[in-house]
Amino acid sequence: MARGIWVFAEQRNGELKKVVFELLSEGRKIADQLGQELWAILLGKEVKGLVEKLAPYGADKVLVADDEKLEKYSTGTYTKVISDLIREHQPFAFFLGNTAMGKDLAPRVAERVGTGLSSDCTGIELVDGNLHFVRPIYAGKAFAKTVCPEARPVMATIRPNVFPVSEPDAARQAEVVEVPVQVGMEDLKAIVKEVVKQASGRVELTEADIIVSGGRGMKGPENFKILEELADVLGAAVGASRAAVDAGWREHQYQVGQTGKTVSPSLYIACGISGAIQHLAGMSSSKVIVAINKDPEANIFKVADYGIVGDLFEIVPLLTEEFKKLLA
Amino acid sequence: MKIIVCLKQTFDTEAKIQLTDDGKISDEGVSLIINPYDEFAVEEALKIKENMGGEVVVVSIGKERAQEAIRQALAMGADRGILITDEALEGGDEYTTATVLAKVIGNMEYDLILCGNKAIDDQSSQVAVRLAEKLGLPQINVVTKLEVSDGKVVGHREIEGGSEIIEAPLPAVVTAQKGLNEPRYPSMKGIMQARKKELKKLSLQDIGLEPSAVGASGAKVKVLEYSLPAPRKAGKIIEGEPAEAARELVRLLREEAKVI
Ligand SMILES: Cc1cc2nc3c(=O)[nH]c(=O)nc-3n(C[C@H](O)[C@H](O)[C@H](O)COP(=O)(O)OP(=O)(O)OC[C@H]3O[C@@H](n4cnc5c(N)ncnc54)[C@H](O)[C@@H]3O)c2cc1C
Repeated sequence: MARGIWVFAEQRNGELKKVVFELLSEGRKIADQLGQELWAILLGKEVKGLVEKLAPYGADKVLVADDEKLEKYSTGTYTKVISDLIREHQPFAFFLGNTAMGKDLAPRVAERVGTGLSSDCTGIELVDGNLHFVRPIYAGKAFAKTVCPEARPVMATIRPNVFPVSEPDAARQAEVVEVPVQVGMEDLKAIVKEVVKQASGRVELTEADIIVSGGRGMKGPENFKILEELADVLGAAVGASRAAVDAGWREHQYQVGQTGKTVSPSLYIACGISGAIQHLAGMSSSKVIVAINKDPEANIFKVADYGIVGDLFEIVPLLTEEFKKLLA
Repeated sequence: MKIIVCLKQTFDTEAKIQLTDDGKISDEGVSLIINPYDEFAVEEALKIKENMGGEVVVVSIGKERAQEAIRQALAMGADRGILITDEALEGGDEYTTATVLAKVIGNMEYDLILCGNKAIDDQSSQVAVRLAEKLGLPQINVVTKLEVSDGKVVGHREIEGGSEIIEAPLPAVVTAQKGLNEPRYPSMKGIMQARKKELKKLSLQDIGLEPSAVGASGAKVKVLEYSLPAPRKAGKIIEGEPAEAARELVRLLREEAKVI
């Protein structure tokens, strides 16, 4: 019988993704309800030190595949190691973050082990011993509740920022199991030649707790400086509408919306954004929405929790000052 | 270069989502488009063909009217189209979709398979990757820049806070992301020519798959129910002089909304 809840402990350059702690926290609850163990799966080179960061969040066991060939993420090698482990241990469920890596890896693993996958989930429920997932579809304009009734493991990628991280318990220990790495040339067809880092130092949009976003109302690329300043004070990410992206003011990876990123921060501040349906689709699951727009009829005010009708060039710097005072 | 583009017809991005009486997603009155990410894939295929010669074949699974989307791709410049349409496909998931595509594409000649990185309706970003696995091909996912040369492909792929440059031998599966290119509009001439291009319709029987292997009976993941989000209510407009309003907003975010 398939047993155990597994979480993919995604790391890059020795740093664990925040979503890993969210998955462990949620995974722990499910494991307890089922009376099963929670395992973290950790791949990379010289990553054993990360185990002590995983244990306090509830991992009973950490399977570590530590090998030179796993230093850089590659679909082929990671898929091979993980699907071998799944075949050997037959877990009941396996969760990954819905990150660039998770989205690349999860469908490949699911296909290789012959199971289903619910992607980009924002809710998990245990019903009669099976897991039900909630997934936003049509960029959040609707939800689907899914189940994987027979195939095992039940796999899901989970949207970052949805599940709260539980209080770490420093006394918790996890058993460490080193896994032999057997990957060959056939697993290395696609190779990563280079990783280009953007030197922004800002939190990533999909992981950000606060997002300050600008639209066509920003008038030009240079004016995004005032949003950056506000974001700096709040530790926020900076997003953009498609109009701002298509005008070339921001790179497309910062676009929020139906054909951009879907985000669910605690606070989304929309500046000079009209609130077109495609934009709302990407951000309307934000907990609190603030709109700053000079047009009182703008659609964005229909979804905003708080709105200021006015000139963003005047309001945004004032807000930055107020937050500075508050957070000083 | 023989290039296959997988294309899905989706709801227009303007579409308001409503449920039917029996709880399904209603398509009544909704206009349909090519999934925007697949449009980037079509455009990229056409550009590669313009550079290197070859053929672009569009493959789609869908209802009869998905022919419109294929015709549009043909009008953009693709050479021929294949639509797999069958009632038994209803209720399928990403696994069964990839099964059908692999069955059809597996019998074709190709150097490169291009797909969108996700469909804007079910948003699952799985089918292309599953297809790559079924066909035993490498993948480069979420690509914003692509260089194809003899025998290999190099793609710039988006990751958090940067990008990866990945090289793979051909044949390979590549999924397109916004930023890769600007899809062209079909020209009048293109539209006229598209009418004469081959658009083959295939049923499950034609491709040799049992109905039990696809659709609801073959799916690994089933949808139990669909629902709509509670509509967001318009909130408070904060009045007053800009400086006052800013101060009040910060106070409310702290004390009322408790997000700061
Ligand atoms: C297939 C498709 C996919 C799309 N996908 C997306 C998507 O993913 N994301 C997305 O955002 N859009 C998307 N769009 C585009 C969308 O329809 C809108 O065109 C876009 O969101 C508009 O951006 P905007 O609100 O910045 O610009 P506008 O609609 O031009 O609004 C600008 C706003 O700024 C306000 N303003 C101007 N000056 C000031 C000032 N000084 N102070 C305060 N306010 C000011 C104006 O009142 C106005 O409300 C898509 C469209 C299509 C067809």
